[in-house]
Order: sequence, then C-alpha cells, then structure tokens
Amino acid sequence: MLTITCPVCGAEGDETDFHYGHEAHMARPATSDPDHISNERQRDYLFMRRNPKGLHFERWRCDRGCGKWFHAARDTVTMEFKAFYGITEKPPLELMQEARGEWADYFATKPPEGTA
Amino acid sequence: MTRYSIFSIARNAMNYHKDWERVWRSPMPKPEYDAVIVGAGGHGLATAYYLAKEHKMANIAVVEKGWLGGGNTGRNTTVIRSNYLQDASIAIYELSRSLYENLSRELNYNVMFSPRGLIMLCQTEHELRALKRTAHANRLAGLDCRMISRAEAKKLVPLMNVEPTCRYPVLGAYYQPRGGTARHDAVAWGYARGADALGVDIIQNCEVTGIRRDGGRVAGVETAKGFIRTRKIAVVTAGHTSVIMQMAGVRMPIESVCLQALVSEPIKPVIDCVIMANTVHGYISQSDKGELVIGGGADPYNNYSQRGSFPALQHTVTALVETFPFISRLKMLRLWGGIVDMTGDRSPILSLTDVEGLYVNCGWGTGGFKSIPGSGFVFADTIANGRPHRVAEPFSLNRFTEGRLIDESVAAAVAH
Repeated sequence: MLTITCPVCGAEGDETDFHYGHEAHMARPATSDPDHISNERQRDYLFMRRNPKGLHFERWRCDRGCGKWFHAARDTVTMEFKAFYGITEKPPLELMQEARGEWADYFATKPPEGTA
Repeated sequence: MTRYSIFSIARNAMNYHKDWERVWRSPMPKPEYDAVIVGAGGHGLATAYYLAKEHKMANIAVVEKGWLGGGNTGRNTTVIRSNYLQDASIAIYELSRSLYENLSRELNYNVMFSPRGLIMLCQTEHELRALKRTAHANRLAGLDCRMISRAEAKKLVPLMNVEPTCRYPVLGAYYQPRGGTARHDAVAWGYARGADALGVDIIQNCEVTGIRRDGGRVAGVETAKGFIRTRKIAVVTAGHTSVIMQMAGVRMPIESVCLQALVSEPIKPVIDCVIMANTVHGYISQSDKGELVIGGGADPYNNYSQRGSFPALQHTVTALVETFPFISRLKMLRLWGGIVDMTGDRSPILSLTDVEGLYVNCGWGTGGFKSIPGSGFVFADTIANGRPHRVAEPFSLNRFTEGRLIDESVAAAVAH
C-alpha cells in the first residue's frame, strides 16, 4: 500500500484516496508548437513512455481532498516516494541528478517547464 | 530426448525412477549464434521451438535472467480464450487457442489443456450489448461461441448468485465452449524440452546487461556470462521490455504494472468452467487440485516489484463474493504478482524495429499466457524471414505512428 501526501492541501492517504495520472512532464506538441506536429511527435506524446525501473516522475490527483493534480517522484522497485511537488514545479534538483536512463537524458537536454 | 509414453513410465518404474534423464541441458553460451532470444518465458521458448522446428534454425540461444518460466508464465491464472473484438486479435488469439488443442501431442509433454468452457458474465446492460457485439464479430470470424441466458448460465454454474436484486445482476453471458485452462509451468517446460531436443541452447541465470550495436544493426548481447555475437536478437521480456529495449536505444510504448492473482484452499469441485466478470474485475476457475484460482484487475501505477497492492485484491474479492457467496469463508492460500506490459491500445506488439536484426514481442499485458503458442509461431516466422508474418503484421510498432490502433481496451473482451 502506498502512502501519499498531497503537497497542495496536505491530505494524507493511500492510493485509493488518490488517482494515478501516469508519466509526468510531458508537453503536448500541439500546445507549444501547433504548426509542426509530426506523426512521430504525436506518437511520442500519446504512447511512448519512459517506464523506468527505478526513479520515476509521475502525476497524482488528490481525489478525496482538494481535487488538485500534483507531481510525485517514486521508485518503481521499492515503491518509495522521494518527493511530492506542485503541478507547475520541477522535481527537486538532487532527484533530477539522480535520474537514470531516459529521464536523465530528458533533464539534461530540456529542463522541464513544469506543465502537466 | 527420451519420448514419454506408457512404456517409458513402465521401464523407469522397474528401476525406481532413477534413470529419467534431465529434461533440458544447461549449456554455457557459445561465442556466436544465428539468433539470440532474450527471455525464457512461454513466448520466448515457443519462439525458439518454432524457429528450430519450422524454420530449421537450430543454432540459437535463449538467455534468461532467472529460471525459465519464472516470470509471468508462472504467475498467471492460466485462462485460454480467443474472444476478442478486432479481426486482427481474433486471428492471433484463435491461432493460439487452436494450437493449444494439440500441444500435448506436439510436444510429447502433457500441458493439461482443458477446454472446459469459458463464460463471460454480463452484469450491466452495456456489457450485455458489448458482448453481443463481440459474439457476432467472433461468429463472423468463425469462432465457436454464443450468447447464453441467465438461466443457462445458472445451469452451468449452479452456485452462482443470479438474483436480479444484486448490485451487479447477471443479465446473460457470453459462452466460448472451447475456452479453458492449461498447466502454465508445463507449457514452459514442454516448449523448453522440445526446443532443447532440437538443439536450442537455453541459458538460465544469464542476465542481459547490454545490447551492442554496429551502426544501424545489432552486433550481439552483453550478458552475465560474457558477450554473445549474433545478427538477430529477439526481445521477449514482457514487463522488462522497456528496460531491455533501452539498451539498444529503442523507446517503447509500454507501461509496466503489477497484476495479481490468488488461490484459495482446495475444496470439492464447485466450478467446472472459467468464469469472467469484467464489470467487477474478477475471474475465477477451479484447478484440478481443487483450489479456486482468482484473478483481478491490475494496479494502475508503474511497478517493477512483482508485488501488488492490497486495495486491488480487496476490490476483486469483494466483487466476487457477491456473485459467488459460497467463497466468502474460504481461506486464501497464496497470492502473487507479475509485471505486465501494457500498451495504449491493450494489444500486443510483434514487430521489427528501426535497428536491423532487432525484433520485439511484448505488450501482451494481462493476456499473455493464452497467446503463447500463436505468438511463438508467428514470431518465429517473422524472425526467420526478416519480415512480419501475415498474422503478426497488424501488431507492428508502426501502428502507433500511423494511428492504426487495434483497440481492445474498450472492447470489454479483456479483464483489465
């Protein structure tokens, strides 16, 4: 069972009190660059996932509290939450440095804007 | 390989069963193979078996991180059915189901295929309508199936609660008479034995740590037992596909989540078919030992731990207790979780990739066991000929770029 704390209203609960919103920090191509949407970019946005074994950045919604979406950093092997942070915020710097694989590439080349 | 028969049993009985030979070898890897299959689960072993048998490619290896059949092949509820909605899905799942019919004879290994009939309950008006549509689609594709009434369903499963006052009353059901179950370990062991006898090296305890590329094509795999040179690599690693494919620099449209199942204490025969209740996310069958095998929905969040959450289990069991009140006092003996690889459209990926010589077979999600023979059969053909098999073609990675999805996620044919 996961124990989650909402960084917006401070509500605590397990995963049934929150709603999982899958991978975080994905920018919708049509929002930032509506004139250049290739099939590949749209595919990446809709389907391609980093799906790391280890540190993952994801979205959750505070279902039974304030109803707001927020971000979380979690280890997908130990299930340990490393951080909860706002939906417009970047992950804590040390977690961005800790990230491996595709997440590391992403943070190295393109610091997240923080939009969901 | 000793053929198993009544005579071999009698002969070995004379000698207190001390002379049975090992079912497969445990070789060290050779420096080079014609093809290397990553992952010795059902799909990987079936692929190896059909490569060796149908395509005469015997110089191949299957490398496995743990022991063969120790992943999702040994962690499912062994349900076999083919009642999917889309034509492409029906083709591959029915090919698979029909191969199961003769698999014990084919492998000379008893996989205990038991076509005991499969019932999908319709517990809302929407589900009734959706499954009628599926039944029509299935019948058009030549599948043996039909819709049955509540009374018929009750006759097949007398202990089922079909009262109209239930929160989710049984309004009718979809029936596939040749659906059923098989012994999951035996499927892995049978294919492993068959492949080994044809000369395939199955190398266990040999984790793949890297995939070496030579420009745009594969050069070999780095493993715990050294580098293996090869020009064809087939990745068949289910929940770990993203991790392995990243070693070759290929991104995958997959999320890994945990799916759980559990078995009860053994009881006298009460259910002689497979029952699926998709609205409430639960399915149930009874093993030959008498245990009720219960499966449910997957946890929503990414997970590589092979341990699911309690709420998901509670949800499954709570729902089933209403439809099967007699299970409320059963003790549960064991529960387990497997890491399943979910695609956006809930259909598998059988595909070539942008890297020459790199093939991938994954995305079976919650329905991998039933598809082992068919998946192995068409994937072997794909690898041997370097082009997709006719049945595998719709399941290419390109479908996500082209928007050509094979949407089973809202088709109500799968429990997820």
